[in-house]
Amino acid sequence: MKLAKSNHKPFLLGVRDTLPLVIAATPFAIVFGALAVSNGVSEWFIMSMSLFVFAGASQFIAIALLATATAFPIILLTVFIVNLRHMLYSASLMPQMTKVSQWLRAPMAFFLTDETYAVASNRAFQQPDKSGFIAYYLGSGIYMYSNWVFFTWVGMTLGKSIPDISSWGLDIAMIVAFIGIVVPILRKRADWACALSAGVGAVLTYDWPHQTGLLFSSFIAISVGLLISFIDKKEKPND
Amino acid sequence: MTEWMLIVGMMLLTFVPRYIPFALAGKVNIPDWLSKALGFVPIAVLTIIIVQSALIRDHQVSISLQNPHLMASIIAFFVAIITRHLFLTIIVGLLSFLLMKSILF
Repeated sequence: MKLAKSNHKPFLLGVRDTLPLVIAATPFAIVFGALAVSNGVSEWFIMSMSLFVFAGASQFIAIALLATATAFPIILLTVFIVNLRHMLYSASLMPQMTKVSQWLRAPMAFFLTDETYAVASNRAFQQPDKSGFIAYYLGSGIYMYSNWVFFTWVGMTLGKSIPDISSWGLDIAMIVAFIGIVVPILRKRADWACALSAGVGAVLTYDWPHQTGLLFSSFIAISVGLLISFIDKKEKPND
Repeated sequence: MTEWMLIVGMMLLTFVPRYIPFALAGKVNIPDWLSKALGFVPIAVLTIIIVQSALIRDHQVSISLQNPHLMASIIAFFVAIITRHLFLTIIVGLLSFLLMKSILF
């Protein structure tokens, strides 16, 4: 095995393949910083989230919940639920990780985002021999991370100099971005059933205290999706 | 609970679910139903956030042409269905929001 010699190449390949996704994530980071500052979240708290938590959706949810004075344990529970999909990501990358040393697995887990998962799983599929996978993965992850932290700071600075930025309705950027993420993953009947139940649940439970409606509706929607997928599997066992 | 405890808590709850499968790589398999359920998580949670943010303005349901968040979301939804393109969805959604706001106010 050729090791250190050619490790810079897969690292740079990881950076290159992640570039379009980094561009798409940049407005997210700016809006996150600006929105957080206009919601009255303190600066060290905003930067700490991007530096130490590094999870876009969770960070947005946290500042949205903080703005409505949600109890901290509910915020943590929501963050945990939102992060469960990453458990699925890392589970699906398990075959790539069997030969990776344990101390490297922790930073790689920290850098696991939707974007890095997308390019890393693609690479794993196209190049099953695993050579250069770690460097490729770290190239993608470190690039996403530095971009996220830097543009959080940019957004925070913009948010401070434009104090009425919260009245601009900037949360629309998050809404349409989430639409752009969710709609393409709605493929099967069960996916649509899950989304539909989630939408109905969202309207019926929006005034429940401390976002308990979000947790309750997620649970119902996931159960509906699971149920429909098992029914459809019985009818079409090949699917 | 103080703010720094919230940060540490968020950090752990973000990191640990990602780390456990990596740490166990090659040793355990997730049961099929659980892996399926996890697959529905982004659809369920993100849809709820979308619907509540677009439809609930000022603490009440607002189904109206006067609600630019809702109108832009509907347009973005159709762009996403047709193109399945994240970046295009964001751009068209933002532009239609700005257009709607400039017409309404």
